[in-house]
Amino acid sequence: MPKVSALDMPDVPKGKLPEHLEVQRTRVVCNADAPIYTEPFHYSGAFALMGVDNSVTLESFCKNLKIEVIELTEDTMEFDMIGIDASLANAFRRILIAEVPTMAIENVLMVNNTSVIPDEVLAHRLGLIPLNADPKLFEYLSEHDTPNERNTIVFKLAVSCKKGSPRLTVKSDQLKWLPGGSELEMESPTPSAKPRTYTSFSRSQDSMPEFANKPLGVKHQDIIIDKLGPGQAIELEAHAVKGIGKVHAKWSPVATAWYRMLPEVILLKEIKGVDAEKLVKKCPVNVFDIEDVGKGGKKAVVANPRACTLCRECIRGVNEPQVELRRAKDHFI
Amino acid sequence: MEHGSLTDLSSSTFSLIDEDHTLANSVRFTLNQDPRVQFCGYSIPHPSDNKVNIRVQTTGDPAKDVLKDALQNLMLMCKHVRTTFDDTVNDFRATEKVEHIDINSDR
Repeated sequence: MPKVSALDMPDVPKGKLPEHLEVQRTRVVCNADAPIYTEPFHYSGAFALMGVDNSVTLESFCKNLKIEVIELTEDTMEFDMIGIDASLANAFRRILIAEVPTMAIENVLMVNNTSVIPDEVLAHRLGLIPLNADPKLFEYLSEHDTPNERNTIVFKLAVSCKKGSPRLTVKSDQLKWLPGGSELEMESPTPSAKPRTYTSFSRSQDSMPEFANKPLGVKHQDIIIDKLGPGQAIELEAHAVKGIGKVHAKWSPVATAWYRMLPEVILLKEIKGVDAEKLVKKCPVNVFDIEDVGKGGKKAVVANPRACTLCRECIRGVNEPQVELRRAKDHFI
Repeated sequence: MEHGSLTDLSSSTFSLIDEDHTLANSVRFTLNQDPRVQFCGYSIPHPSDNKVNIRVQTTGDPAKDVLKDALQNLMLMCKHVRTTFDDTVNDFRATEKVEHIDINSDR
C-alpha cells in the first residue's frame, strides 16, 4: 500500500480541522477538577501545516459578529455577543467599569456639622451617592480651571434637628440643586469689592436648554446620609464634577459588569430510566429534562444548557463519564 | 516609546504609558491575526506603574507599521461592534414598544 500522510486519509475533512482539534480550538472542556483547553489559539499560522487558516480578518469578524439583547431595563441589561474573542470582551468589561465617565460629588464645603459623623466621612458618603446627570453635557474640571456652569453641579444640604424632637434621619432627597451656582462667599482681599462665591456661574443652569426639561438631582431619593439627634445640624455645599472610575470608584457608572461563556452540556451516552431521573434531580438549575420515549421508557435530554452554572454536580460521584460540560470560547453572555 | 535596534527594524519593544491589560490584551489579539507577525506579546513590568511593554517581531516589515495596522484594525473592529450594538438595542427597543401597543390595543 502506498504511504499516505495522515492528513490525506479519506476520513479526515480537508480544509477544516479534524473534529477533536476543532473541539480543542473552540471549546473549553470543564472536567471535575479543572477546565482544560483554556488557552486560545490566537496565532494566525497555528494550523498552517494542515492547510487551515486560523486568522480572524476584519471582514470575517464583521460578518460573523452577532449581538442579541435578552433583557433591557433602566438599571440592568443582559445581552449575548457571538463571534468575538475573550480579549475584546474583557476589554469591554474593563472599560465599562473603569473608563466610562459619570458625575459625582467631589468637593464639599462645610459650613456647620455638629452631627456624630465626622466631616470627611460625611463627604465620602456624599461622593458615593449616584446623581441623575448626563455626563455628556459636562466638561472635565482640571486643577487650574475655575468651576463654572459647564463643569460643576452645586448641591446644598441644610438640615437641623430641633431640641426636644426625636432623632431625624437625613435622606438624599434633602440635597437641593442650586442652578445658580454656589451661595457661599469667599474671603476677598478688599472688603468693598463685590463678594465672589466659590463658583463663577456666568448664567444659571436653569436657563440652559439641556436642563430645562430634566432638573438635576439624585437618582434615588431614599439613601440615608446621616442621622441627627436633637440640637445637631448640618449645613454644607457639595460640588459635583465629571470623572472616571479609574480615579475613584464613585465615578464608576455600573454596580458591576460581568460576562460568562455559553455553556454546552453534552451527553456522552444515552441515559435511560432510573439513571435519567437521578440525573435530572441532581442538577440544581434544571438543565436536564425527561423525554418520554415510547413503551414507557424515559430518556434524559438537555433542556436548558444556558442555565448551567458549572456546579459540576452531574459529573461528581458518577463512575463512568456520562456528561461532558463545555463552554464555547466565542459566545459571551 | 520604542526600544529597538538600529539595524533591525523588524523587531522592537514598545513601552506605552497610562495603559493596562484593557488595551494590551486586545492589541495582542489583533497583532496575532496579522500573518506578517512572527512573535508578539505584552508584559506589565510592575502593576503599580501604569506601563505596558508590547513586543513585536515580524517577518521583515518594520514593527512600527505592523503595530499601527493592528491598532487601526482594533479601532475598526470596535467601531463595528458599536454600530452593531446600537442597531440591536434600537431594534429591541422598537419591538418592545410594539408589544406594548399590542397589549394596549387588546384591552
